[in-house]
Order: sequence, then structure tokens, then C-alpha cells
Amino acid sequence: MESERIKKTAVFWGIGVSPGIVSGKAYVLDRRDVKALHHKLTNEKAVEKEIERFRKAVHDSERDLLVIKDRLEDSEGIGPLFIDVQVMILKDEKFLNTTTRGIRDRSINAEWALSLTISKYRDIFEKIDDSYLKGRIKDIEDVVQIIFRNLSGDVHESISELPDKVILIARDLSPADTVQIRTEKILGFATDIGSKTSHTAIIARSIEIPATVGLKNISDEVHTGDTVIVDGTSGVVIVNPDPEILKRYEEKKRHYLVMEEDLLKDAVLPSVTLDGYSVGIGANIEFSDEIGSAIMHGANGVGLFRSEFIYINKERLPTEEEHFYHYRRVIEAEGVKWATIRTFDLGGDKFISDPRLAEEMNPAMGLRAVRYCLREIDLFKVQIRAILRASAYGNSGILIPMISGVEEIRDVKKIIDEVKEELKKEGIPFGEKVKTGIMIEVPSAVIIADALAREVDFFSIGTNDLIQYSLAIDRVNERVDYLYNPCHPAILRLIKQVADAGHKAGIKVAMCGEMAGDPLYALILLGLGLDGLSMTPLAIPRIKKIMRESTLKESKELLETVMRFSEGREVENYVRGYMRQRFPELCAVNHEVSEPIC
Amino acid sequence: MKKTKTFTLKNQLGLHARVAAMMVKVSNKYQSKISLEKDGTEVDGKSILDILTLACPQGSSIIVTAEGKDAIDAIEEFDRLIEDKFGED
Repeated sequence: MESERIKKTAVFWGIGVSPGIVSGKAYVLDRRDVKALHHKLTNEKAVEKEIERFRKAVHDSERDLLVIKDRLEDSEGIGPLFIDVQVMILKDEKFLNTTTRGIRDRSINAEWALSLTISKYRDIFEKIDDSYLKGRIKDIEDVVQIIFRNLSGDVHESISELPDKVILIARDLSPADTVQIRTEKILGFATDIGSKTSHTAIIARSIEIPATVGLKNISDEVHTGDTVIVDGTSGVVIVNPDPEILKRYEEKKRHYLVMEEDLLKDAVLPSVTLDGYSVGIGANIEFSDEIGSAIMHGANGVGLFRSEFIYINKERLPTEEEHFYHYRRVIEAEGVKWATIRTFDLGGDKFISDPRLAEEMNPAMGLRAVRYCLREIDLFKVQIRAILRASAYGNSGILIPMISGVEEIRDVKKIIDEVKEELKKEGIPFGEKVKTGIMIEVPSAVIIADALAREVDFFSIGTNDLIQYSLAIDRVNERVDYLYNPCHPAILRLIKQVADAGHKAGIKVAMCGEMAGDPLYALILLGLGLDGLSMTPLAIPRIKKIMRESTLKESKELLETVMRFSEGREVENYVRGYMRQRFPELCAVNHEVSEPIC
Repeated sequence: MKKTKTFTLKNQLGLHARVAAMMVKVSNKYQSKISLEKDGTEVDGKSILDILTLACPQGSSIIVTAEGKDAIDAIEEFDRLIEDKFGED
């Protein structure tokens, strides 16, 4: 049971203090085991020796602090200044005398005396009214921590002995911790407390690794060895992500690594081709907190708000208000012209323990997404109600995942209409113009796209699942990974079929799969006639730049050429060659975001 | 010689650690005994911890006293430091 509990996916929200995305194994720095052992000293000689030991620890602590200061010298802001303050506290006569007097007068060891000194200061600070000044006890506690460390002769766990690179998880990182950290062993930081100016943040930025702080209780919840994703840009930490999430973050990470400053500068420019063809660029987001970053990277709207994290991480089901809060936040965010909210896309096992939900052999094809929602209608209605209510605040759409037949969408529409009636009766406002759309990700939906198009307001092609289902390859099975190819002629034809069917019925067709954010496929997708592309925010600037520098005409020509090939790898190689030559800087080898196929 | 002046703290966060450190640095430059007083509590101007425990938020009124032959210079420097809001905005 225990191992099951800790392997459950959990999400922590904090403050992103050093940008970037990283995933790896957690290493939890547990300081609760370093309790100072208190003991009495038996004679005068022992007392003098103890005072000497304390003085040496203070001396060593000063040396440690100066090492940190040296390391921070080149970094921004108040880092080095802050160390000066700590040195001053360390050498404060009153502070030292209180402790040495404690050792002498009470015949106690240095650790004990030091604990008494700090608790004396704690009492004083406790009485301070001003909350900021009250919090300054932390400055003194940090210093005391360093002395403790030096008194113990540093038997503390040594991070430098770690075999692999880790993500360091701690309650907080004091200067004393960071001085021993061999930075090349650390992939990222995640801590319970802290702010943009705390020591962890400064260190993380100076060595340029992602860090998120203020995560409240992460150090209690995570165990050494757990898989952890730290997103220092959005301030999110995901523990034990399932393979699908991990994969998505790997993608984000790759995009992050190829992101450049000057691209970001132009990100807000429109996504219109040289011959005037315009494509709506949306962001795929997981959390409402990501919206700011999405807009900054040039998104016009949200093409896909995955609502799963509202469910995961909860002991109970989310309330309508919780749903509503996140949806409204996204829909009415500044700069968001439209927002598409996808309804629950997982199996029920992700958030409730129900014996009826037996573990499935093949969850990707199991009771999940719309199938699950149509079975648990009450639960589904809560989400629909929240989306409808939020739709009163801006242009928005409901996106239903995993539709495989017309009856499913008709059943869903019936439920949506029922909820609208309820809201009307209750006098609760909702967006009258809210659109209903479906994900096209099951091959059967492609085949009957013409029929489905008559039922809905828009299509959104989910390439990840469409490729997985069409080519019969498990995306998280590394052994068949090599078969995953968005350029497979079958996939291109499927996409074309969907786009054509949608347009014939007069509805918009967008794409929100990983393929939409890969610069390599930008012209192909343009040629296929998609009206919108939604992708991970970091991918947006690059895709928009390609759009601005190309024409619809050349995209159609390129598509026509590759549609004549019969092998997936022929298409892949041709597109790769074309794009690299056409956009050497945007599609260079080192910018590759998709794995090479051959 | 003894010199005393009353100041009002105008910087936003009051006497926090970095500001306290600046005061200690100034105090240490002078031979005079420097003390800070707020609401009847007097502390040593050369001890950062003493200054911190004085707990002075923005708007606090503190009395700085310098006693010694360079007392006038010391108070003048405190004057500049505090009026300049410790270089903060």
C-alpha cells in the first residue's frame, strides 16, 4: 500500500524562481535527523575546550560564507551583500558572548548553548508586530545552521557523493547547504519555502538551473528516488508523473533549450504568411498559471487547456467552484482571444479508488475520456457547468476528447443542453456563443469526419493519439518508438481528410498535438489548410516566425511533392532537407525538437 | 562629548538585516559609543542583532546617541544614511 501511495502522481504549485524545465530523480535533503545532542561538561578544562570548539566552528562558518560570496560575486542582485550581512551576524559580539557565556555558566556543550541563544532570539522576534521584521529571525537561524553544521564536523549527507545527477528537494537551502553542493550534480531545486530573493533562488539563477520554491510541504511528500519534474518557469513541480506527462515535459524541455532571446522579442508579431494567409496560434497549457508565459511567447489564445490537473492531486473530487476558478482565469486572462477547454481525458482510476475501475490492460484504449464521462454523468456535469459559467467571461469552447462515433457527441451535446437549461432556470449567466468541438484522435472519427462535422462547431486534431492509434504503436513503449512518425503518408492523408471534411461543412479545423509545435512540420500543416495550431508555449515563437517568412503557395507545393512519396522516411527526409535549407536557423540540427527517424 | 538626534525611518521595509548591517558599519567607523533607542529600549549600535531586535518598521522614530570625541561626525553620517533611506527606493 505504502509504495502505491508514494508512486501516485502529485503536483505542487510554488514560485518559479529560476526558469527552465528539468526532470530526474529526487534527492531529499532531510535535516530532521541532525538533532543537536545536548550534554553537560564535567570540568573547567572541558568547558575551555568547548568554547574553543565553538570559536573554531564560527571561524569555519565565516570561511564557508566567504566561499559562497566568491561564487556569487558575478551574479545579479543582492546575493553578495546578503552574505555580508550573515558574516556580520556570525561575528556579532553579543551573539558570540551569549553563547560562550552559556557554555561557561551552565557547563553545557556548544550545540546546547547555541540552541539556547537562538531560542532567546526567537522569543524576542516572536513579539515583533511587523510581519516582515518578525520574519528576519530567519537570517539569524540560517547563520546558526551553518555553525551547527561546522560543529558537527560535517557528518551530514554529502551531496557530492551522489552517483547521478539529482533534483534536490529540501525544506529550504541555507548558504551552508549550498556551499557543499557540487553544482554539477544538481539538475534543479524544489523547496518548501522561499521567494524570488531567497538564497536558493539566487544560487539557482547564478548556476542557471531550474528552481521552484514555496512548495509548502514537498520535502515531506517526496521520497528520494521518486521521479520529479521541476518547471521553474511556471513554478510547478510534478512528482511521479505518468509516462504520458513525462513525455510532454520532455518535449517542453527540448523547446526550452532551443528558445532564443531574439525569437522571443518577435513572438508577439502576427502569424500571417507573406501571401496573407493567417493561422490562429494557440497554447497548450496544463495549469491556469501558465497563461502569462503563453501570452509572452506569442499565443493568441488557448487551443488546449488540459483539465486533468484539476482532478489529479486531490483527495476528493474537485468542486464546481474549483473548476470554474481555473477556467475563468484562463478565459478572461489578458491577451487571450479565445480559450478551448478540454473535458476530462483520463480514466477514473486517476482520481478515485473505485473497485469497479479495475486496472486495465490497455488504458489508452480503455474506459477513459468521454467514455468515462458518459458513464459518470454527474461528475461530467460538474465540469460542463463550470466551463459554461466561465464562458460568460470570454470567447470559449468545450473540447470533447476521444470521440469515436456520432452517438457519443450527440449524447454529450444532450448533456450540455441540459446543463444550459439548468443554468438558465437558476438565472446563472453563461456564454451563449460557447462552441462545442471534438478532438479527432481516433481513426474512426477521421473516417466519419463528414458526419461528425455536422454535429460540432470545430475539430481539433490530436496527433499524438491519432498516430498511436492509426499506426498501432504504444507511445510510451520505447521498443516501438522508432515507428512513431508524423510524416507517415497515412497520417498526412488522415489529417488532410479531416481538414477537407471540416472545411466542406464550414467549420474550423485546428491541431493541438505535438506535431503542431515542431518547426519541421510547420509548412506541411500550413499546406494541409489547418486554421489553427496549438502547441506548448515555448514552441510558438519559432512556428510563428516560419509562418511569417513563408507563403501558403510554397506550403501547398511542398505538401503536393511529399504526398507523392510512399515511404514515411522519404517524406521525413525530404521535409527535413527542405526545411533546413529554407530556414537554416530555425530548423538547424541542434534545434531539432523531434527525434530523428532514421 | 555626547550628541543625540531623533530620526524617522522612511525606507519601506524598516530596519531589516541589510539596513541594520549598514548602521553597524557606520557605527564601527567611530570610536564613540553609539546607541539606538526606540520606545525606551536602548541597544548597542555596533551589534547587528541588537539593532534587529529593536524591530523598527517604516515610520518608526529612533534616537541615535553618540558618545565620544567623534560624536558629531558620527551623527552627521547617520543623518546622511537615514535621510537617504539607506540607498533604497
